[in-house]
Amino acid sequence: MMSGAVGRQALVDEGNAFPEAFATTRLADAINWARKYSFFSYPFVTACCGMEYFSVNGPRYDTDRFGAALPRFTPRQADLLWVVGTITQRQAPILRRVYEQMAEPKWVVSFGACTSSGGPYDNYAVLQGIDRIIPVHVYIPGCPPRPEAVLDGLIKLQERVQHERPGTRWAGLDLHGSGRKLG
Amino acid sequence: MSTEAPPSDAEKPQLSPLMVKVNARLAPLILEHREFRGDDRIHVARENILAVAGVLRDDPELAFDLLLDVTAIDYYGQPDDFELRREVWDRDHVTMRRLPRRRNLMALPEKGPHPRFAVVYHLISTSHLHRLRIKCRVPEDDPRIASLTPVWPGANWLERETWDLYGIRFEGHPDLRRIYLYDEFEGHPLRKDYGKLDEQPIQAYVGPGAKEPRRPE
Repeated sequence: MMSGAVGRQALVDEGNAFPEAFATTRLADAINWARKYSFFSYPFVTACCGMEYFSVNGPRYDTDRFGAALPRFTPRQADLLWVVGTITQRQAPILRRVYEQMAEPKWVVSFGACTSSGGPYDNYAVLQGIDRIIPVHVYIPGCPPRPEAVLDGLIKLQERVQHERPGTRWAGLDLHGSGRKLG
Repeated sequence: MSTEAPPSDAEKPQLSPLMVKVNARLAPLILEHREFRGDDRIHVARENILAVAGVLRDDPELAFDLLLDVTAIDYYGQPDDFELRREVWDRDHVTMRRLPRRRNLMALPEKGPHPRFAVVYHLISTSHLHRLRIKCRVPEDDPRIASLTPVWPGANWLERETWDLYGIRFEGHPDLRRIYLYDEFEGHPLRKDYGKLDEQPIQAYVGPGAKEPRRPE
């Protein structure tokens, strides 16, 4: 009885705490805030890094905490492209086409050493970094990356999305994930 | 090409049981025989490869029913391993270091006087559990050899791979196309005179990370 009365009183107090409450923000900030917690992933998995990607998407490391767990089965429904593994010259047009199929706004994560720079495969067959054919927003180093590195990359991407301004195609590509200027 | 038996064979009268059988059937067609750590290897003239392969597969004592691999070797600039390599190899085991590692930075050596390529076949008999390697020398100006697809259908993709990477033409192959690389690719990248860093991108480099493709120097 007693506790019920207290609880009711608390509700009344809370309702009075912010009379005629409202919050102000910029529309861009609100939109970016919504976007950064609602990534729809498209994993483009070609090599051994894929194992690490599956593991980090599983329950133990749980990218769902960041709103980035649900993979889509077509790039047309996705806005976050995970490029995971070695990309050969022969695969490059396919990756480019997958990227072009995604609707704006869209982001690209380069997962692992091979994807970012060709890794150990410095030869005629392997593309020396996917940033030669598509823009990349976050590079995650490692061979393969630790799950902590992947989560760190995801958080950096969120920070970066928060700082983006709509209307520019490769917005903020000269920025770190933290929003600082490169270089 | 090779007329006399190699001296090491004369010093080693005990041939492996497999080589006794092979010699009994194919001795006139075998240019040379080597044994390395228990594995036998025969050299055959490329004109005879189909005949040799047919005997190796069909003879019940040999019964090589599995063609494990077809590949090639590019001896660009190396002394021929029929004669010259033997002495050096017996003296020490470092002869393979002759080619400069980084071709793009150093001049190529003179081409060797002997046929540049060797096509290599790896055979296994799943009933007798013995294995054999065959080498056929193929010259640079005429890199052709008979296809073994009539004998082992599994040679199809293996020969396509060898064509793709080494540029050896397999006469009589039903569908000799590239298998790993794309049709637009020019040249054969595992040849020693193909620059290791030469790129042939089919997707144009664009965007903020675009760079010039690496080309031959």
